[in-house]
Amino acid sequence: MRDLTLDMSSCLSVDGVRITRKGKSLLNVPHLALDGPGPTLILGPNGSGKSLLLRCLHGLIVSDRGQVRQDGVALNADHKARQAMVFQQPVLLRRSVAANLDFVLKRQGMPRSARKSRIEELLAEGGLDGKVRQSARSLSGGEAQRLAILRALALDPETLFLDEPTSALDPNATQMIERMILRASTRGVRIVMVTHDIGQARRLAADIVMMQGGHVVEHGAAKQVLDAPKSDAARRYLAGGLVT
Amino acid sequence: MALILNGDAELWAIVLLSLKVSIFAVLISALIGMPVGAALAVARFPGRRVLIVLMNALMGFPPVVVGLLVYLMLSRSGPLGVLELLYTPTAMIIAQVVLVTPIIAALTRQVVEMLAEEYSEQLRSLGVSRLASVPVLLWDARLALVTALLAGFGRAIAEVGAVIIVGGNINHVTRVMTTTIALETSKGNLALALALGAILIGIAVAVNAMVSTLSLQAEREGLRHA
Repeated sequence: MRDLTLDMSSCLSVDGVRITRKGKSLLNVPHLALDGPGPTLILGPNGSGKSLLLRCLHGLIVSDRGQVRQDGVALNADHKARQAMVFQQPVLLRRSVAANLDFVLKRQGMPRSARKSRIEELLAEGGLDGKVRQSARSLSGGEAQRLAILRALALDPETLFLDEPTSALDPNATQMIERMILRASTRGVRIVMVTHDIGQARRLAADIVMMQGGHVVEHGAAKQVLDAPKSDAARRYLAGGLVT
Repeated sequence: MALILNGDAELWAIVLLSLKVSIFAVLISALIGMPVGAALAVARFPGRRVLIVLMNALMGFPPVVVGLLVYLMLSRSGPLGVLELLYTPTAMIIAQVVLVTPIIAALTRQVVEMLAEEYSEQLRSLGVSRLASVPVLLWDARLALVTALLAGFGRAIAEVGAVIIVGGNINHVTRVMTTTIALETSKGNLALALALGAILIGIAVAVNAMVSTLSLQAEREGLRHA
């Protein structure tokens, strides 16, 4: 039997959110509730509002109208502290690999001795052991993104947002990152990830939010959305047709 | 060259005083200019653009005018006259601080603003406030900021107009390389003037070489000096 209390406590929802710039509606989501365990993949063509929705959910962009809610409460600093985000282009500090992880662990108040072992653990998790002292800026694209994910995971987040983290990576690097994401999901981290890669959605998603023109056109279990989409926009996108 | 190679005591005393005055001035300017520049880069308030324009304009402020203003402040009848700092190395340091601080602040603002743009969303995502982001940005821009310090040092060590007004070019007290060159040339003592000139050029070349090396390294690190 499902634990309804747990589901309610981990509900991330969007209500009446609208973002308009220069008279153009960029995001218009009357209601969306992410209450499953995830991973949730937000799928849609370029300019459909996927990244904007992700930034709203993380509180990086405040909508003109409406609210993002966690546990039924408007998103606040405490909620944000339990979230982390990884961007399409990893933004790494101009420091060593270890110092990038140390930065967030230190901010969390972890003592120096504990930080050292936690950094070793994290680097092993991301296959970056041996690169402790290397400058983070000299890592390859895949390694840099893995470090960005590890740094986000170092925050021990309840929710991890990822904005097309593999869009610029080769299949091997993509596979490594997808494994990291799945491992985090298995450990109980709620994953909310933007992608335009249908194959990736098929490999990772438990549920899919399909977007087009700033609207959520469909949200449901991955299998249902991918195999039997209800909306024309989703059908066209999944068939590889042009969606205008 | 003989003066340099034979370790002429007077010459090296002048060089040492020049270095002391300019290094102190640059350090004080860095303590003022870097936080001000970084704050202007990350803070958003009405009048910010005006302040930036003003700061950039101060970079090109004529040294003699700065010397005159500092002179008026430090002279007996000036507001800081009681300190009796006029014609001391401290007065020269003050004048150089006034000249160099806008340079360091403006360069810091440019470098930090560029980095802040890149880091902004990531730092906010990590829960770092605007104020708390300042030391992070300053540290990560350290290579480019050292070039800003060196640029400030270059300006300070080569400056003549302001230090001659507030220092007075007193032998063994406030005589630095640039003021000595001016004085000795007018007296026809070209040997000392040329020896000091050679050292000054050497310092300028060394500083520029360091700026180039650090700029190149900063560029490799992805932060070009603006």
